[in-house]
Amino acid sequence: MNTRDLALRISDLSSFEGYEFDCQPIPGDTEVLQITLREFEELPSFVSVTDTQILCITYLFTEDEVKPESRTELLEEMLELNIPMPLSSFAKLGDRYVVFGALAVNSDIEDICHEIITLTENAVESIDALEEFLV
Amino acid sequence: MSILRKIMTAVKGGAREVGELVVDANGTRIFEQEIKDAESHMRKAKHDLTDVMAKQMQASRQVESLKSEIAEHETFAGQALDKGDEELALEIAEKISRLEIELAEQQQVHDSFSGHVTRLKDLVKKSERTIKEYERQLSMVKTTESVQKASAAITDNFASSNSTILSAKDSLERIKKRQQDNFDRLSAAEELEAENSDKSLEDKMKAAGIGEETASANSVLDRIKSNRS
Repeated sequence: MNTRDLALRISDLSSFEGYEFDCQPIPGDTEVLQITLREFEELPSFVSVTDTQILCITYLFTEDEVKPESRTELLEEMLELNIPMPLSSFAKLGDRYVVFGALAVNSDIEDICHEIITLTENAVESIDALEEFLV
Repeated sequence: MSILRKIMTAVKGGAREVGELVVDANGTRIFEQEIKDAESHMRKAKHDLTDVMAKQMQASRQVESLKSEIAEHETFAGQALDKGDEELALEIAEKISRLEIELAEQQQVHDSFSGHVTRLKDLVKKSERTIKEYERQLSMVKTTESVQKASAAITDNFASSNSTILSAKDSLERIKKRQQDNFDRLSAAEELEAENSDKSLEDKMKAAGIGEETASANSVLDRIKSNRS
């Protein structure tokens, strides 16, 4: 499945698990799909498809937003939370902290939608949990 | 150096094309070609293996048939001796000896094929593992590249659409506020709904003359009278 198929199929689903999706391709070197849940438009998920997997990424905060004095504590906290957090993991891309989930390239549309919902919920939960470390 | 360590170095160095640094100056294409070559080598090894296995089976059948022929002739020789025909028995024994030489040769051929089969099987197994390993490395490099390109596209998109990325705290605040608004709206609607249904019930009861009666002038007067007495 490439990102265009994915966009079409998500648009066909008007809602899933009680959430409405908004789907928008992002132009660039590689095809990326921006998917937002109606109630969480501040935290969009970015989906890209490689040969082997579907990657879903949500940005949390930048290095600038981290209180320098509690950075180590934040990193440890994130490592601790990585396993309890369902389906997603913390990661870092450049100076941005993210949560991400990876799916097999032949996953069902339902699995992908479920992943995106879980990812968004995890993003909200994580920011809420880690707020004390942010400026 | 492990592939992850190479990726780490490349990313830390701020490389745009990770593949170039990690795998080859020509990026992942050469690496993909190497995998294809390894796959074609393996296909050839598998083909050779089936050939050699067929030859091994032929040799093994030959060995079996020679063995049974020898056993048969030994019986014949015994029978000739029983009949006292020493000359015939000697002739049969000569035949047996020729068969035994042939058997030894066939056995050697069979053993050599067996050794060949083992070696080829090992080779196929090793190639399969190498290919899997190459594919795993390629997938890691490609994923790193893809994520870098994707995040560049996302950042560019934010920049070109002039939309500022909210800080995590602001995003959270807005989401929480929206959720609270939705929740408040929902409970207000529920309250209104409840009031409406209460009101309509009261109306119905009043119409039926049930429940609290409105204070009438008469009843007020009655109350005043009773208080005085």
